[in-house]
Amino acid sequence: MAEQDWKTSKRTFAAVSLPTLFWLIAFFLIPMFIVWQYSLGEKVGETGFDFSGTLDNYKRATEWLYLTIFGKSFAVAALVTLICLIVGFPVAMAITFASEKWRPWLLLGIMLPFWTNLLIRTYALMMLLGTQGFANKGLGALWEGTSWLKTLVGLQPLPTWEPVQLLFNNFAVVFGLVYVHLPFMVLPLYAALDRLDRSLIEASLDLGAGHFRTIMRIVVPLAAPGIIAGVMITLIPALGAYLTPDLMGGTDSQMIANVIERQFKKANDWPFGAALSFLLIYAMFILIAIQSMRKKVPEVR
Amino acid sequence: MTEPAKPIIQIQNVSKRFGKVTAVDNVSLDINAGEFFVLLGPSGCGKTTLLRMIAGFELPTEGRILIDGQDMAGIPPNKRPVNMVFQSYAVFPHMSVADNVAYGLKIAGVKGGEIKDRVAEALELVKLGGFGERMPDQMSGGQRQRVALARSLVMRPKVLLLDEPLSALDAKLRAQMQFELSELQEKVGITFVTVTHDQDEALSMACRIGVINKGEVAQLATPSDLYEYPANRFVADFVGSVNIFEGKLTLDEPDKAAVDCPGVGKIYLNHGVTGPHGADVWIALRPEKIYLHVPGEGKAVKAAAQDAPDGYNFARGKIKGMSYLGDITLFEIELDGGARIRVSRPNLSRHDQEDFTWDDRVSMHWRADSPVVLLG
Repeated sequence: MAEQDWKTSKRTFAAVSLPTLFWLIAFFLIPMFIVWQYSLGEKVGETGFDFSGTLDNYKRATEWLYLTIFGKSFAVAALVTLICLIVGFPVAMAITFASEKWRPWLLLGIMLPFWTNLLIRTYALMMLLGTQGFANKGLGALWEGTSWLKTLVGLQPLPTWEPVQLLFNNFAVVFGLVYVHLPFMVLPLYAALDRLDRSLIEASLDLGAGHFRTIMRIVVPLAAPGIIAGVMITLIPALGAYLTPDLMGGTDSQMIANVIERQFKKANDWPFGAALSFLLIYAMFILIAIQSMRKKVPEVR
Repeated sequence: MTEPAKPIIQIQNVSKRFGKVTAVDNVSLDINAGEFFVLLGPSGCGKTTLLRMIAGFELPTEGRILIDGQDMAGIPPNKRPVNMVFQSYAVFPHMSVADNVAYGLKIAGVKGGEIKDRVAEALELVKLGGFGERMPDQMSGGQRQRVALARSLVMRPKVLLLDEPLSALDAKLRAQMQFELSELQEKVGITFVTVTHDQDEALSMACRIGVINKGEVAQLATPSDLYEYPANRFVADFVGSVNIFEGKLTLDEPDKAAVDCPGVGKIYLNHGVTGPHGADVWIALRPEKIYLHVPGEGKAVKAAAQDAPDGYNFARGKIKGMSYLGDITLFEIELDGGARIRVSRPNLSRHDQEDFTWDDRVSMHWRADSPVVLLG
């Protein structure tokens, strides 16, 4: 039977795609268009709005103050993505090469956090990192122990333990975002590594390469599509992260999504918030365009 | 080979178990330097596991493997003096042909100029001269296999391991590659160890064949010995096509033997078989070693051969099925005794296939040196 495509069976194609198309238009494109209109209009009074086609909102959004926040958001998102990649790659490798019996459980372990609400996971993490949290208590116990050991051998004890500030700073934001986004990185990496023909790895070993060289020269290049997918799928939501910096960040660690939120909720300046939103969307469009233009890596068979 | 051949690979009492499954069961065999050795067996018989243990991708549960006199225990694949051509070829898809072939040399620290020369030489050897800049996805399956061959041969290994090298090629190309592989092996003088489930492939390429069944060596012999003197029913049945009948040994002297096969008749051999008198044995008789006659003619032809007493090595029956294969015609005959026998007949002239047809009565005989007595 010939492969069915939309040209030969237009009706079937229409029947299956219409509901999706309707959904996309009604609940995605139209609202987006409304927000886009806001970004080109101005506020009238407290609640009114006038579509005037002005670019003032964009002018304000590209002021230095906001550009630095954009820049910082990009930097944080990039750092988060990089850490996710460095941590996630070995994890994905481990799952790929685990025995048949263990693999589903390891994958479940990666996906388990999705079963819990993000807000609850974030609060749990905050309990862990707080000044009275488990991390600090653990460190404190170690510190006390060392101090006690030193007195035991007749040395001066350590000064009293000062809890480390692990929360409400940039470190906490990056830590929290890595925690939230790691599964997004691991899953596409795992998908790419799982498709990799094992005999390619064996061939590399057979030709005299060690494990590290085999990973760098064979596994990483052939997993490139998965790596890029993982990077995009981590970078984009990390860039728009709102809850984690809001809850775990300090006063100086707000990201662009927090600024946007404030325009809509506190400052009541919808046109300006819309302009900021669309700047972020444009930036993401550019990222995705770059990704789709890159040279295609030969498909791994 | 006149002087005793030197073993390059010694497999000593090697067993491999995966959990409760025994893939390789106490195998001992020597592979000689410079020979084309084939491990032949049905899928799942453990032959690939054996090959992978030589390469170092699997470790023996028991026993040891020596390559060139050196025990391979604890030596990882990348440190062994063997290279492997994988069933899927495993050509690196993101590297050009030349980079694929140069991969191992670069790791070995060979100088740039020498790499270039040796890569060109290796590609020339597998008839891919000038293909160096191509990417693997621009090449056919047969060409990719040549790349894999060149990539291994360029390392000048002591032994080249080939895992089902021809299974992914179409019939015509396979026949050509069988020939080319033997030629290549003679040219480079490296020991080849090939795994295959295809008996034609094994018979045409090998110096010696190890037939593997259920993890054990069923027989170790040259191709012609394997075919003409199978050691047991498994080998007789697996290598080539064969009629196997159960019978009782009635006569066993140094220069003659006789077996009584119910349903077939009395079978006479012009050599002894050293089996206990009256023992239950099996007779293997190849279809192409049976002469087919129209009734009335057979007796005279057989009598003229004078190699068996009257009443032996002769049967009558009725053609129950036939298939014309071009070069030969295959007959399925129901003997008067009740047994079914397969006979192949060469079509020496264009009209030979018209001599016999369905339901024809026929007689047949075979020479006294054709049947093989199998004890197991």
